[in-house]
Amino acid sequence: MSILVLAEHDNETLASATFNTVAAASQLSGDIEILVAGSGTSGVAEAAARIPGVAKVLNADSAEYGNDIAENIAPLIVQLAPNYSHVLAAATTFGKNVMPRASALLDVQQVSEITSVESDDTFIRPIYAGNAMATVQSTDAIKMVTVRMTSFEAVADEGGSASIEAVSATGDVGLSAFVSQEVSVSDRPELTTARIVISGGRGMKSGDNFPLIESVADKLNAAVGASRAAVDAGYVSNDFQVGQTGKVVAPDLYIAVGISGAIQHLAGMKDSKVIVAINNDEEAPIFQVADYGLVADLFDAVPALDAELG
Amino acid sequence: MKVLVPVKRVIDANIKVRVKADNSGVETNNVKMAMNPFCEIAVEEAVRMKEAGTAEEVIAVTAGPTQCQESLRTALAMGADRAIMIETDEVLEPLGVAKLLKAVVDNEGPGLVIMGKQAIDGDNNQTGQMLSALLGWSQGAFVSKIETAGDNLNIVREVDAGLQSLTLKMPAVVTVDLRLNEPRYASLPNIMKAKKKPMDMTTPADLGVDVSPRVNVISVNEPPAREAGVIVPDVATLVDKLRNEAKVIS
Ligand SMILES: Cc1cc2nc3c(=O)[nH]c(=O)nc-3n(C[C@H](O)[C@H](O)[C@H](O)COP(=O)(O)OP(=O)(O)OC[C@H]3O[C@@H](n4cnc5c(N)ncnc54)[C@H](O)[C@@H]3O)c2cc1C
Ligand SMILES: Nc1ncnc2c1ncn2[C@@H]1O[C@H](COP(=O)(O)O)[C@@H](O)[C@H]1O
Repeated sequence: MSILVLAEHDNETLASATFNTVAAASQLSGDIEILVAGSGTSGVAEAAARIPGVAKVLNADSAEYGNDIAENIAPLIVQLAPNYSHVLAAATTFGKNVMPRASALLDVQQVSEITSVESDDTFIRPIYAGNAMATVQSTDAIKMVTVRMTSFEAVADEGGSASIEAVSATGDVGLSAFVSQEVSVSDRPELTTARIVISGGRGMKSGDNFPLIESVADKLNAAVGASRAAVDAGYVSNDFQVGQTGKVVAPDLYIAVGISGAIQHLAGMKDSKVIVAINNDEEAPIFQVADYGLVADLFDAVPALDAELG
Repeated sequence: MKVLVPVKRVIDANIKVRVKADNSGVETNNVKMAMNPFCEIAVEEAVRMKEAGTAEEVIAVTAGPTQCQESLRTALAMGADRAIMIETDEVLEPLGVAKLLKAVVDNEGPGLVIMGKQAIDGDNNQTGQMLSALLGWSQGAFVSKIETAGDNLNIVREVDAGLQSLTLKMPAVVTVDLRLNEPRYASLPNIMKAKKKPMDMTTPADLGVDVSPRVNVISVNEPPAREAGVIVPDVATLVDKLRNEAKVIS
């Protein structure tokens, strides 16, 4: 049987998360098909068809799929799923919203946010904010799975030439109506895919001080992140939050500035290759996971770092 | 309108959990338990709706072993009017919980269910979406703002790209994110009063729900530990190490 991957996109561009999800799918046995549900998505479907190793792209193009409304997309998945052994989506806010709805309608217990594929029915997933790793085996006929992006290296985006098949739409169920979306725009790399991330915490004291780390970020071509405390205090917006309940990142270099290192923050960054911590409290738990720790006042250290980088 | 608030008892968020020596799960004996932080936010929101006059009654519900009554008492002390305890020693999964909650919704007829977006033990982030699906209701997941507007609910959701605003037709299920509100502490008099508030007892069998697990937990292990790092004396050394030792910057 085949594996269905639910594509993530904004109707124009295929999101990077899809490439990680296909990587997870490629560790299962079966052909990979991609479902692109959206509105005005022929470009996205074509991009999906260029992914090497993809057998087919299903394109459900209709207005009711245009705004990621779970109530509209779930019935489409439910209609297609019986033809597949697995349905996979990224464990992003999109996947987390839509997949459980479809799973319940299929009477399937979803397996959330896997970090490893052990076999066609057995997966590893973090529990308790990553303080434990559970190996779990699904006994349901269809495996409904969400995938942690950072645990699967993205597949290539060119080289394939899958066929694209139109799928008829399931209609607007008329439950939720889209009003608006406030999207943070930035010229910096995206937080979840950046090679370097520099995050600020409560130690930054104010959103007005974030330019200190933004300047360093620009020199390193890094993304900027934040702790929950910094987001709650309004220094930066919610989409910056790294952690158990925010975004999970695993860059080559993660620099934590004025962040204590609470377990919930570590859950979102401790798989980074190299971790740097800048904190004036030498007892801060962040130093226990840092490869390089600098015990210093961030208001001295960050400008010095900025200067040192030239 | 009645508001139903499902709550879960979990290991306290401040406790460092330990994997059991036999790798069957995590140690829960003699470990401090508390209401899941997201559920506290859900209770707070429901109680505020009652205080504002948009809700008439707030009902807290939980499913699990007897001790989970503690979380219901906490919800009652925060201002819920009554509670429903679904007692079971079965290992519950989100789908099973969603089916139990659907049965309670069918009995109680709330206009709104407010619940946590995620339980911090299993980190599943599924139950609310599943309940909404089983009911055929509208779904607002990861919500940081709720406003009732006649037969509709205006919500703001925290999504990866930023914030999304939706209008949901009622009845609805919403799952709450951290920034929706700041939950209150129950006062001592309210904790005393909560002991006298009604709590109905039921079981999965009474509700006619099969909660047998679908996912076998084969083993639970410690995550790989990070090797200890070094403290560097100054910024120059830090940059030198990042360039020449770790080779992560140029
Ligand atoms: C259910 C739940 C979910 C959560 N999810 C998340 C999550 O996803 N992400 C997350 O980050 N948190 C999360 N948290 C919150 C988490 O528990 C911590 O409260 C939070 O991470 C603390 O943020 P912080 O380190 O910025 O602040 P603090 O803990 O206050 O630490 C600030 C640090 O800055 C240092 N500092 C202060 N001034 C200076 C200075 N001048 N120079 C250098 N250092 C300085 C201090 O020494 C301190 O170590 C969650 C909590 C709960 C209960
Ligand atoms: N056993 C339970 N009893 C009542 N509510 C629950 C239970 N398990 C989960 N929930 C609710 O579902 C939310 C999300 O949980 P989960 O899907 O397990 O991450 C929680 O915040 C609770 O509101």
